Formats: sequence, C-alpha cells, structure tokens
Amino acid sequence: MTGLFSEVFLSALLFGAVTAAIPLLLAGLGEQMSEKAGVLNIGIEGMMLAGAYLGFVGAFYSGSLWLGFLTGAAGGIAVALVMALLCVRIGLNQIVIGIALTLGLEGLTALLHHFQFSRSYPRLPAADATVIPLLSDIPVIGPAFFKHHLIVYLAVALVFGMSYLYRRTQLGLNLQAAGDKPAALDVAGIDVVRTRTIAVLTTGALAGLGGAYLANVGAGLFIPFITNGAGFLGIVLAMLARGRPVWVLFGALLFGVCLSLTTAMQVAGVNIPTDVIQMLPFLAVMIMLVLFGRRASLPAALGIPYERGAR
Amino acid sequence: MSSLSSSPAFNRDIVALEGVTKRFPGIVANDSIDLSIRPGEVHVLLGENGAGKSTLIGMLSGLQQPDEGRILVDGKPSRITSPRHALALGIGTVFQHMMLVPTLTVAENLLLGGPWWQRPRTEELEARVAEITGSLGITVKLHAKVSELSLGEQQQVEILRAMVRNSRLLILDESTSMLTPKGIEELGALMRRLVEQGLAIVFITHKLKEAAAFGDRISVLKLGRKVGEIPPERFRALGEQEIISEIVELMFGRQKDDPEAVERPVRAVDAQVTPLLQVADLRVAPTDNAPGLSSISFDIRPGEILGIAGIDGNGQKQLAEALAGQRAATSGSVRLEGAAIEALSVGERRQRGLRYLTDDRLGEGTVGTFPVSINFFLKQVGAAPLWRSGVEQRGEIDKRAAELVREYDVRTPSLKTPVARLSGGNIQKVLLARELAEGAKVVIFNKPTYGLDLANTLASRQRIRDTAARGLAVLLISTDLEELLSMCDRIAVIANGELVGTVENAEDARTRVGRLMIGLAA
Repeated sequence: MTGLFSEVFLSALLFGAVTAAIPLLLAGLGEQMSEKAGVLNIGIEGMMLAGAYLGFVGAFYSGSLWLGFLTGAAGGIAVALVMALLCVRIGLNQIVIGIALTLGLEGLTALLHHFQFSRSYPRLPAADATVIPLLSDIPVIGPAFFKHHLIVYLAVALVFGMSYLYRRTQLGLNLQAAGDKPAALDVAGIDVVRTRTIAVLTTGALAGLGGAYLANVGAGLFIPFITNGAGFLGIVLAMLARGRPVWVLFGALLFGVCLSLTTAMQVAGVNIPTDVIQMLPFLAVMIMLVLFGRRASLPAALGIPYERGAR
Repeated sequence: MSSLSSSPAFNRDIVALEGVTKRFPGIVANDSIDLSIRPGEVHVLLGENGAGKSTLIGMLSGLQQPDEGRILVDGKPSRITSPRHALALGIGTVFQHMMLVPTLTVAENLLLGGPWWQRPRTEELEARVAEITGSLGITVKLHAKVSELSLGEQQQVEILRAMVRNSRLLILDESTSMLTPKGIEELGALMRRLVEQGLAIVFITHKLKEAAAFGDRISVLKLGRKVGEIPPERFRALGEQEIISEIVELMFGRQKDDPEAVERPVRAVDAQVTPLLQVADLRVAPTDNAPGLSSISFDIRPGEILGIAGIDGNGQKQLAEALAGQRAATSGSVRLEGAAIEALSVGERRQRGLRYLTDDRLGEGTVGTFPVSINFFLKQVGAAPLWRSGVEQRGEIDKRAAELVREYDVRTPSLKTPVARLSGGNIQKVLLARELAEGAKVVIFNKPTYGLDLANTLASRQRIRDTAARGLAVLLISTDLEELLSMCDRIAVIANGELVGTVENAEDARTRVGRLMIGLAA
C-alpha cells in the first residue's frame, strides 16, 4: 500500500487525470455553448464518436496528429450539421434526434472500423509532449500537469477564451438571449436560427476534437464505443456549470481524477473488485448531481425550437 | 402641440395601412383595415380581446405578413418582412409580453442586436442613454439585471430601447395592463413628451379611460373590423365624457345589418319559483396568474338565462371553475335545488346535474387524439352500460355515439375520427352533446361561440335557448355583449373578480352594461 502514495504514483495518477479530463472538458464546453443558445444537444456522444473515428483515421493515414485533430473536428461538425438542420431549422424534437444521432453513429463508426481494420486495432505512435520549461521540474505537479501534448494547453486556454466570449462580446450576448428569450433576440433584429446554428456547429467541432483527442492521444487507437459515455458526462458538466466555463474545467478535472483512479488502483493492485473501482466515476456523477443538481439553472428556452410569431 | 402639427412634414403619414386583411385558420383576425399613423400623435387602437389589435401589431413589427392590402411607409408601399426590417424602417415595438432577456443587464439588453463580431459598445451606449433619459426625465439603472426590475421599469427600458434605435414610430401593445395606477400615469406623461419630440405613437388598450386621457386620435376595432375613428380635431372639441360615450357607442353599439341580430323572444320567468342555482358570497383566492373572486352572489331560476358580461380575464373562467368544482372556493355557498354542493367534488356535482361547458375545447374539454365516440362519454368512462368490468363495450358506445352525432348534427367523417381533426364548431357540438345529456339541471356555458363561424355560432345559441326552454337554469359567460343581449333574461357584469351589478335585459340594457363594464355606475 505504501506504493499508492509515492511520488511517482501520484504524478502518474494526476497525469492520467488530465488526459482523461480533456475530452470531458471539450465536450462540456461545447455542450455549454449549445445549451446557452437553447439547444439541448444529446447527440454530442455521437459527435464525439464521429470525431474519434475520423480523427483516428486522419492521423493514421497522414501520420500527423494535428491533421487527425482537424479531421476529428470536421467529423463532429458533420454530425452537428444534421442536428442543426433537423432541430434548429426544421424544429424537430431535440431529444429524439440527439438520441438517434448517438445511436446511429455508434453503429456507423463500429461498422466502418470493422470494414477497414477487421479485428485488428492498429496503434498510433505515442503523442509528443510539449514540456514546459521550469514548471515541469516541480516535483509531482510538474510531470503531472506540464508534460502534455500542446492541444491540452490549448484546451485549457479555451476555457478562458469562452469566458471572455460569454462575458464581453456581442456574440456572447446573442447566444445567451437565444437560450433565455429567443423572441427578444428576434425582435432585436438578430436571426435566432442562425445564432443557434453557430452554437450547434461549434459544439460539433469541440466534441469532435474531444473525440479525436480521446482516440489519438488518450488511447492511441480506435475501438468501437470508445467514448463510453464521455459525451453524456459532458452534458452533466454543462448543466452543473451554470453557464460558467471555469466550472466545466473543475468538473472535468474531478471526473478525470476518478477515471484515472480506476486505472491507477487496478495497476497498484489494490484488493478491491475491479467492478467496484470502475463504478467510481459514475458514483462521482451521482454524488455531484445530488449535491449540486438542484441548483443547476438551465436557460428558459432550452429544448424548445423557436418559431416566429407562433400562435 | 398644435403648432407642431401645423408644419407640413407633420401632417404626412409615417405609416399607413390600406385595406389590410389577415386570416388565421378559422378566423379573420383583421378585415380590410385602414389606418393612418402620423408624427406628433398618440393614435389609440381600442378594442376588446379578439378585436384584432395584436395581429395588427404583428404585421407592423414584421412578425406577420398581411394576406391582402398594403402597408405604406413614408408613402411608399413596403413589405415589412422581419423585425429587423421593421427596426430599420424606424418602427419600434414594446410588446405586451416583455421582450427583455431576464438574465442579462439593462445595458446588455439594449446592446442586443449589434453586429456579432463587434465588442459591445458600452461607452457609446451610456452616452446615448444619458442623452435620451435626460430629455425625457426618466432614470434607468443600466447595470441592474432585468429580472431585478419592476414591470414598470422594464417597460421604460423597452421604450428606451426603441429610442436608442432611432425609432420614429413607437408601438405600445397593452402597455398599461401590468402597471400600477401611478405607473400608468407616468407612462401617459412619457408618451406626451415623446410625441412632443415628433415621434408617432400607436397605443393599444382596451381601457376607455386611458384612451380618452392619453390619445390624440382613436380608432376602434371590433371583431377584426375598424368600426370608427375619432380624429384629433373632434377629439379636442369633445369633453372626456362625450368621448367616452361616443366610444361606448362604437364599441358596444349595434351594427347595421348585423347577421347575428335575432329578436329575443320574451319569456316569462316566474319569480316565485325556487331558484335552481343559488350562489351566495362566493370567494376564491387569487393566484399568480389569475384574479381571485369576491362577493359573487346570484340566483338562476328554471328556464332562465343569466349572462355574465365583462372584459376577458376578469375572473370569468375562475367563476365557472369554482362553480363546477374545479377550483377551490375559500368561502361562500353554492346550492343546487336548495341542497348545498360547495363541498362536493367535480364528479358529484356533475352527478347532481351541474354541467360545465369549458371554453378550452381542445385543452380540458376533449382528448384530441381520442375518437369522437369516446369523447362523447369521457365523463362516464368506466360506468355501465358503456363499460363493463372495466372493459369498453364498443358496440354500445358506437350505437349511442351515432345517435348523438345525428341529434347534434356533428359533421365528422366517422365515429373513429380523432376529435382534434374536427372544426371548432363540431368539437363544440360534441361538448354540447356530452354536457346536455340526461340529468342536466344547471348548465354553465363559458364563451360558447368564441372562435366559431357564423353558422355554428347561431346553432350553438339556438341550442342554449332550447336548453333554457326545457326548464334548465343557464349561466352564460361571454365577452360578446351582442350575444348576451340577444339571449339573456338578466345580465350581470364581472370586473376584477367581482359582480359589479346586474341588469334586467330591457331597452336600455346595452348602455347600462357597457357603463358597468368600463367601471362607471349603471
């Protein structure tokens, strides 16, 4: 048991936590944007899967991780386009379409992967880490937080970018109005459908990127259903964060620790059944929902398609 | 003001409507309306609910398009295609329901609508707002969240927003409905200052006193048609009382060649007979979105039709629901044939013969997806002989439903058609058939002809007259004064949840009821 608290173990645990948190963070930030604009995006799990698959394929054939991220984001956007068309423009039920997209992409990506690689699961080479000088020399913290792939730092920077967008820009105002009182935005002369479409497509890009990170950096390979509920965790994060990007970051890190803990405890050979350990992240979700769920405040028009002058 | 209106630029219409017609499924909301809106004038649009005021506003603000006729802006025919277009033309609207985002600050709400790539120009806005509020003598808390403001303050923000956008025409839709008396007075003064700065204002209201106090020109709408206009010259020449009585005449007066006009057969109701329904001092507590009821007392004798008149939303629905048992009364007594029923449940009251025809035909009246046949017997589900041991007796139900379809002339493709697919008039017939079925003694009709076409309106009215002629007691709640005058023996007027007076339906009933409705003594 002494090994459990050694320096190496702790920094490995935290390193794993960050790696596990990044997809959740990207999904959470994406979901937050579309929820702010009034679209409940349950298809985000499907967008992540599309991103994971296309991201892996892009990186595998080109040999470039960055190209992989790009194709991953494009995959997420492609799914988001369908969602935007059906739910924002035509005004179909967001929950039904979201579930359909998720289920459809689970099947589609598994099928495509099977055609391409049959039963083999080729791996990508390990991702290059960008080591931050000085900071990475701090014991425990250094190797845990400052030896990641560049995109990790970019994702964290995005948190602050989002905060700025929501608090200081015209687009941020428009997004919030689209979710809280779309009719007010419409009479102010801004196209509600367009605003919401922008939000949904951004969600797709972020979710796709998160999926690509999960496959290319987190796992180094693609297996069917690889997201394993990461998109749904993203929805939970967005709902609990009450519109604040920083809270999404904290929540993602918390879940990341739990996910990392399951791996670490199994490696460390702690004498608890594996099934129990693997429950940990979901237990954390339930505890968080019980503790904070009641205070979650959602946009007033969330999930309601906008129709001008409806009567 | 008179000096302003003499300059030539002021006498031209900013916006004019020519023969504008707008139809919605089943109703003509606006029927070839002409309107001229001029700078320096408060143009009051007066009319009851359903008169077509909101539709008119929808077309001016770009939310809806007219089906016929045209809208002229600065003399040029224009199609106002979107709210953005309306704003660009200088038409700013303050809607009846607040159009502010409650989670944003006042400043942020005012900034909504700027180009998305720009940073919000807060400093510029602050200077502009200071300039406008200074000249109007109002103060606005720019950095307070909208959800923390009172309704009156929110309204000022909306007016301010229109001004910040350089509106030349300001439309105020039922703007006083949520204000305190002091707030209403302030709004009136603000409107005066705005028109003095050369703005045109369209002020929509159903309150006569406000129209007379704040207006320069009044147009009266009734059932989608413009029935009259008082131009500023006449307006200034008349005293307030004369204006009010002229408007009462326009709003409630009998139209020539009215197809609905029917001579009311004189019925003798024996005053000695014990009333079927006796209501004494009924009270209902107000809720968040509905007025309460107080001091409601009346009797209805067999064969008598008592009308309840009043502007919509003054407690009519609450009264009907309290009598039917759907809404809890805090005190008072309701007697049916002398027996107290105020403690009984909805089902028990129905059992005793109290029937309620709701105005919400598809909401609480019927189950839209159920077939016509089942909807006839919704209130008897589970009862023999239509149901036995919990199992539906299809044959028996269809046989009885077919009889009712024939008797009440329900035009339906089949008994299995979902009731929501029928027209409003036929749904009403299904409801009538259900509620007037055996055992009815007292029937409450809430807006029985609302939204029906003429043929169905006349048929429904005949059905109600027949009901009374059979010796039942009828309570007829309606916002259509003409309807009440053509059918009732007595008419009670409800205002703010109180019965403010009861009038025998005699020669002068029209004026007396009209006066009661607008808060004057009969």
